[in-house]
Amino acid sequence: MSKPVIEVRGLAKQFKGVNAVAGIDFSVKQGELFGFLGPNGAGKTTTVRILTGVLSPSQGTASIRGHDIRSQSLLSRAHIAVVPEQANVYLDLSVRRNIILMAELYGIPREQAIRKMDELLGMLELGDRAGHRARELSKGLRQRLMLCAALITEPEILFLDEPTSGLDVQGRHMIQKIIKELNGSGLTIFLTTHDMDEAGQLCSRIAIINKGRIAAIDTPERLRSAIISSQFVDILFEDEVPDKENFESLAGVSAVETGGCRIRLFSNSPSRTVTEAACLIRDRNLKIQGLCTKKPSLEQVFLYFTDHSGREEK
Amino acid sequence: MMNERRERAQSIGFQMHGALVVLKKNIFLYYLKPPVLIFGVLFPVFFFLAFKMGRPIAPDMIVPGMVAMAVWFTASAVGPLVTSWERRAKTYERLIATPVSLQAILAGDVLSGLLFGAIFSSVPVVLGLVLTDAAVSEGWILSAGIILGAVSFSSLGILLAAPPASSPSNIMLLSNLVRLPLLFVSGIFLPIQDMPVWARWIAPVSPLSYAGDLIRAGFGQKPYFSLWLSMVMLVLFTAVMMAGAYIFHRKWKAKGL
Repeated sequence: MSKPVIEVRGLAKQFKGVNAVAGIDFSVKQGELFGFLGPNGAGKTTTVRILTGVLSPSQGTASIRGHDIRSQSLLSRAHIAVVPEQANVYLDLSVRRNIILMAELYGIPREQAIRKMDELLGMLELGDRAGHRARELSKGLRQRLMLCAALITEPEILFLDEPTSGLDVQGRHMIQKIIKELNGSGLTIFLTTHDMDEAGQLCSRIAIINKGRIAAIDTPERLRSAIISSQFVDILFEDEVPDKENFESLAGVSAVETGGCRIRLFSNSPSRTVTEAACLIRDRNLKIQGLCTKKPSLEQVFLYFTDHSGREEK
Repeated sequence: MMNERRERAQSIGFQMHGALVVLKKNIFLYYLKPPVLIFGVLFPVFFFLAFKMGRPIAPDMIVPGMVAMAVWFTASAVGPLVTSWERRAKTYERLIATPVSLQAILAGDVLSGLLFGAIFSSVPVVLGLVLTDAAVSEGWILSAGIILGAVSFSSLGILLAAPPASSPSNIMLLSNLVRLPLLFVSGIFLPIQDMPVWARWIAPVSPLSYAGDLIRAGFGQKPYFSLWLSMVMLVLFTAVMMAGAYIFHRKWKAKGL
């Protein structure tokens, strides 16, 4: 898992003078499950459309498996498959014909395509619907069919643009499970989403894009650690919270919040704060139900990076 | 093996195969769509009836015009529908992200129009031969008129499909705005030499004039243009409209996805 299969340098796209993507740089390594997070209108879909050859960039370069997306567009597209967010299958074609059509567009030999199709229909639990017209399928089943049609092309890189958007809980879980399995088998996946839990669970690395710029890029764990001011120590008391002034002077504490039986100590050094808080509790003979340190959720990380223009020092 | 296949994506053979796959897709999806049948098949029939009923015209004289009109409407009916329908149905983005080039996709669309036009124009040819005194005197000229005409009209259809309309009906409206006026200045209802002077001035800018002229010649009637001029002009019209279609489809490729 070392060789970059997607390389993006200074990629930009303007629409009528407005920057949809404003000079972004990143690379995705082979076998990675790379998450691309951002609020609506941040430039996620535009980036995917540039990388999949649907849009031309205004500036910058990008390559897929070493093939420039502009000068070798057909070659770069031959290595990828895409499941766009606002896309659909051919509703008047059967499930089987939808899949075979995509295989034919990628030049997959018919016998090989049929063999692979049967395998995929089984994996995505669409076998009993193979003869049905796509029109008769629910949104979740259509999404699975699109995934099938993408996988029949045996891509090296799979672009998934909001693949679980609008699906029910079961449908979302199934797609997420399949994404994990596909990545486990070595497929490189570029996943755009605005679902923080999904990104946190699935992705090995995450880029957060905001207003067309990359605001942060790292592993989910490191991104959580990056926001020092959002780390805190929670203490849950058995009775009411004692005077918060006692806690404000503890090592590392930058702010204190109270609510009910709980006190939250924001700290730039949670381990030192925990040690001192434990001593204070023992000395004052306070009764507690629990004490824990917490890093910010990925949602807080996302909000932090999309609300702030700069990064906080680590 | 897989990499070899991927490396072939730039080859002409791969792209020609892609065009044929697009043709197959269009046959399955669009040949029986109501707008294609209404504007491609019913329209020319009603035009013919409106022109013929109650008028003392020998049926064999209007068979060539009927065939030309059938080719005109059918061949140019598929193209405008395909792209606009795919945009609305949200299937276009996946298609243009495949390793099939835009040129090959458009070639597949042109082939779809050509085949549709060739199939449906055979109906008035057969009816004309069976029910009237019309006779084909030069089969190759008639075939050239139908095929070159169908390619040219199909290319026009692809060009008209380029604007990123939100609904296929808008594109069908635009295509009829172009197709209907040209019908009256292209020697369909009257041979070009019998049309008013102003119409004879306009006739050369319509590809239908040349195709209609070749079809007339195929049925043994006197052509207005020389046969070779008609063929060269139809090839030129096809080249210009295909080039225009490529430029505009490329420009507006990602609009309205």
